[in-house]
Amino acid sequence: MSAIKKDSGFGVAHIILFFSIAILVIVVAVPVLLILFNAFFVNGHFNSRDFYNVLMQPETYAALKNSLIIASCTTIGSTIIGTFFAWLVTRTDLPYKGFMKGVFLVPFMLPSFIGALAWKMLLSPNAGFINKFLMSTFHLTEPVFNIYNYFGISMVEVMYLFPFVFIQVCGALERMDPTLEESARISGAGLLTITRKITIPLVMPSILSGALLIMLYSMAHFGTVAVLGVENGIYNIPTLIYERIHQSGGSFEAIRTGTVLATVLVVSAAVIIWAQHKILGKGHYQIIGGKSFRPMELKLRGLRYPLLAFCIFYIAFTIVLPTVVIFLVGGLKTYGLAFTLENLSLDNYKYILTEYTVTKDAIFNSISLGLAAAVITMFAGVMISYVIVKMKVRGKGILEFLGMLPFSVPGSVIALGVILAWSGQFGINLYNTVWIILVAYIARYMAFSLKSNSAALEQVHDSLMEASRSCGATMWQSLKDIVIPLVRPGMLASFFLIFLPALRELTVSIMLYSPTTRTIGVAIYTLNEDGETVMSAALAGIALIIIVTGQTIINRITKKVGE
Amino acid sequence: MSYIRLVNVTKRFGDVTAVNNLNLEIGKGECFSMLGPSGCGKTTTLRMVSGFEDLSDGEVWVGDRLLSSPKKHHYVPPENRNFGMVFQAFAVWPHMSVYENVAFPLRIRKLPKAEIEQRTTDALRSTNLLQAAEDSPDSLSGGGKQRVALARALAINPDVMLLDEPLSSLDPHLREEMRFEIKDLQRKYGFSIIYVTHDQSEAMALSDRILVMKAGVVQQIDTPLNVYNRPTNRFVFSFIGLSNFMDAVRKDGKLYIKGDSRPLPDSLKPQEALNGEETISLASRPSEIEFTGASDPSGVQGLVTRKAFLGEIVDYQIKIGDQTLRVQLGRRDAAHDTDEVCHLRFLRPSWYGLGE
Amino acid sequence: MDDIIKVEGVSKSYGKHQIHKNLNLSVKKGECFTLLGPSGCGKTVLLRMLAGHEAPDEGKITIDGTVVADSAEGIFINPERRGLGVVFQDYAVWPHMSVFDNVAYPLKMDKRPKDEIKKLVMKMVDIVGMKGLEKRLPSELSGGQQQRVALARALVADQSLMLLDEPLSNLDANLREEMRFEIKALQRKFGITVMYVTHDQEVALALSDHIAIMDDHGNIRQIGTPYEIFEKPVDAFVFNFMGIANFLPVRQVGTAFLVGKGDQKIPWEEPKGEAESWVAGFRPSDVKISRTGEGLKGVIKRANFLGAVMDYLIEIDGDHLRTSIETHKALSDDLMLKEGEKCIVNFRNLLWFDAEDLKEVNRV
Repeated sequence: MSAIKKDSGFGVAHIILFFSIAILVIVVAVPVLLILFNAFFVNGHFNSRDFYNVLMQPETYAALKNSLIIASCTTIGSTIIGTFFAWLVTRTDLPYKGFMKGVFLVPFMLPSFIGALAWKMLLSPNAGFINKFLMSTFHLTEPVFNIYNYFGISMVEVMYLFPFVFIQVCGALERMDPTLEESARISGAGLLTITRKITIPLVMPSILSGALLIMLYSMAHFGTVAVLGVENGIYNIPTLIYERIHQSGGSFEAIRTGTVLATVLVVSAAVIIWAQHKILGKGHYQIIGGKSFRPMELKLRGLRYPLLAFCIFYIAFTIVLPTVVIFLVGGLKTYGLAFTLENLSLDNYKYILTEYTVTKDAIFNSISLGLAAAVITMFAGVMISYVIVKMKVRGKGILEFLGMLPFSVPGSVIALGVILAWSGQFGINLYNTVWIILVAYIARYMAFSLKSNSAALEQVHDSLMEASRSCGATMWQSLKDIVIPLVRPGMLASFFLIFLPALRELTVSIMLYSPTTRTIGVAIYTLNEDGETVMSAALAGIALIIIVTGQTIINRITKKVGE
Repeated sequence: MSYIRLVNVTKRFGDVTAVNNLNLEIGKGECFSMLGPSGCGKTTTLRMVSGFEDLSDGEVWVGDRLLSSPKKHHYVPPENRNFGMVFQAFAVWPHMSVYENVAFPLRIRKLPKAEIEQRTTDALRSTNLLQAAEDSPDSLSGGGKQRVALARALAINPDVMLLDEPLSSLDPHLREEMRFEIKDLQRKYGFSIIYVTHDQSEAMALSDRILVMKAGVVQQIDTPLNVYNRPTNRFVFSFIGLSNFMDAVRKDGKLYIKGDSRPLPDSLKPQEALNGEETISLASRPSEIEFTGASDPSGVQGLVTRKAFLGEIVDYQIKIGDQTLRVQLGRRDAAHDTDEVCHLRFLRPSWYGLGE
Repeated sequence: MDDIIKVEGVSKSYGKHQIHKNLNLSVKKGECFTLLGPSGCGKTVLLRMLAGHEAPDEGKITIDGTVVADSAEGIFINPERRGLGVVFQDYAVWPHMSVFDNVAYPLKMDKRPKDEIKKLVMKMVDIVGMKGLEKRLPSELSGGQQQRVALARALVADQSLMLLDEPLSNLDANLREEMRFEIKALQRKFGITVMYVTHDQEVALALSDHIAIMDDHGNIRQIGTPYEIFEKPVDAFVFNFMGIANFLPVRQVGTAFLVGKGDQKIPWEEPKGEAESWVAGFRPSDVKISRTGEGLKGVIKRANFLGAVMDYLIEIDGDHLRTSIETHKALSDDLMLKEGEKCIVNFRNLLWFDAEDLKEVNRV
């Protein structure tokens, strides 16, 4: 052992920090800054009046209003439904609770715009199957349902978004110390009083944080509104941005409108995230208990089977029915024919998988984009999380701030941002190539990777690394032998958390695709727009199969890792 | 005298009998502890008294009120039993202030406003919480939270207080302090206590009587001093306080510690009931053994294998034959070092058969 | 060179919080040295500076004759080059590696040949009593077994100095006792130096050749053998930290030494030195109680039966002291006292502290 100067390990830390900051700046910060810059600066001069003018144009104003109305309705609806079902499966003696809990999570997997397509087929006023059926059965002249309105859009969004609240509230209710409720009971309170005065208030932070997540998602959501609203003139912010840029072919005026709208989205997202932090930071009660007993169950008595029937009906109506419709329509020879055996075949599925270039390309594009984005984002996420969670270097604060950004930037904002950044103004033109979609995916999914990798790294106690250093391993050796093997489950999780949503991505891709770079989501959407309803449904069906298979594989893997 | 009565109470979970035919009478104002290793059925018993667990068989009475009886299809739910109860994990409601926590049971009973205020304030005063009335319970320490739980249980002025390991989440120093507080509150309010714990010193210090339980079966019900001094069986002996058990065998009418060539002195004689058994156990407590001279006829020779200076006491491990023994002496009485031969005198030996 | 560890003038702060200021310490080769102090006193920080996971702001640390950290010279040797065995409080056994791989890791880093690694690891696994479990993963082991793996890993590369950071605090009482003796036995067997950090005075007393007592501000109050620390504390802090302690205020009136505010003379030889008032310190076991006779008159305020002992709180003219008496003695000597009964208190031993600075006054 001889005295050596203090140098090693120090430079390495700074290189890692530099790369981490560079990635986040290039991928997330620059696009966002460009949007803000373009929204407020005209010809290099600050100009807030123009910003205001754009905002006050009737179309933009309407889009703002629509976004808010739809997001609010969706949030309220999802919160009520999610909380109710969560309470039902954790705190009552509903039959088959465990199974029901699994089923209520299924909508998580299903892309909501595919759901919207299915509901359009079922409930559109003119051609919807249900409307047609009711009209012919009861000899009505007017359709019974119209889904092309706020209610229809929100209803469809609720069906696919309520699991956000459901899963949060289930978790809180399951982890909650049963003695909190028991002590209320011994104090003389009956079960309904306890639910009202103790249980619900205690899980309120979880309810709210799930609700805000839905609000954030719905504000920035493209698919459902594009499918159900646009035909009837209902635009929200993302659909309006798309419409403007799509129609004008990327004119300055359109982009400016886009940046203003995007700024509004960024600000509302920031407000929502801020509110969520506030709630989680302040009001999150320590309600996890020591001894575990089964929590009290409300005996539903006479309501037991009616409620079970209600759940089954809900599932059949929101999950089974749309899925079946998609597959059936996908099997039709021509849209509009009746669902009889002679009209149904597998020919469409065969055609889009083996012959139709548009869909073949789309499947190939989505899979390769998903894989590439997942791999890159996974590794970048590990590195950045490592700096944030484990390293003690100066300048980490900047990274922590940048690391928050991906969580708060909605998809359509990212898409617009990468158009501004990568269309040649800065020497690199990726527009109309798959690369621009890849860059956007990386930005969009960085949040997932940061979240699961940080969580995994936080599990790796510092002393594990220190122990290996004390055993004679250098920093690199310790990373290789100790840290990486231990965070592998987190990395794997982040890979799938990115790969699967990327397969069905629409919001970002729709803004960035070119005729040769359609993704599955874009292909389904554009085929439907072009009147190729049958092909669109068939592709949607195939997408559903891929997604469900993928999800099943993940569940297997994560279960194994968990063991 | 008897106020709370458990008659032939049995609880089965599937094939497992958690509590087997328990009969118990607890007096008004008595502090009664249930003590035993985890899983012995003490918590299940408490939960049957509180009403959170059904009985498989038997009856629970308080005064002349029947609370549970599966045979008579009678069951009073916990909210109508009018008990106070304190849980291990505090279970104070973090979304209510300390005051609101304590007032909750009174509000549920729809008492007049003035009375609620009066009784809440009283309960808070008794538990030294008046200063913290408007605080959130989350801002209190573990001891503070447990005081809130106590005050909440006191507010309704219950006749019966059920305490489920109320101190085991607290650090040792605080545990002792709270023990005294509970005792003082009982004196003041006069309620009966059923206290569940696995900590024998807690049970000893608090209780009028102790029930020692093992695998759902009562081992002994007695005063703390008698449970310590006259344990009814080997389990109770080993569960209360530190204990040594050495196997001894009979050979030619004399007793030998297993593996030892010297017979035990005549002064160490088992009770006649054990005469038929070949191998029996000599039970002793580490603090009830002394060093003695080689010439003492009642001494037993051993070898010091380990010695640890622990401050107030010196802890010895001593080998006799192939049996080991632990001896704890005050620091002034420590005489031998490791590897020395020593002679021991057992102050209060007890004998048990191996089967017990 | 007799000292294996030398800490000279070390200071360390985290932000504005100063943890150590001008700390000096040396540890002799082959001994078991314990750093004992309340939690948060900075003892772990010192250990981490020795191990190389923290650098001192000021001062110099020498291990086995080599300067491993010197702020003035800008020297800092990375932990992997210090050649120490370290055992962490949470064991830090790598959960993805088998027992064998955990123990083999330091040897692999040392690039030893494969068959030698195998031989050494198996020997070490055997020594810590884990034979047959070498293929297990840490998740399949109990807390005590994981602790043994951590010990084996720290010992396997034949390090001459081991640093242990409260390695027993997560174990239950029985296991803690068992492991205490095992660590001591291993230390003797290998002739290594052990630097042990703990807040548990019982472990320190049982294990150490020398103990250093650190106070809440990171200052070392006393260094000595367990006996010296326990029986001859330099001040009231050390006395109080080493076990249950009673302190009675004593005031001097003329030549009489009176307890508290009352007028009873303390039945013990008077303190040396000059002071206005004193504090008499004694352990519960230093108190002799009786029903009659000479001594301080007191009243039982609280009688607590704890099984093996009767625990009494006694009031003497407004001040309180605690004592305990073994149950069998209390029974045979008729000393099962009830609350409110009177008793007589005498002492077997008593220390005098200056009430001003709380230093022990009779020390030479």
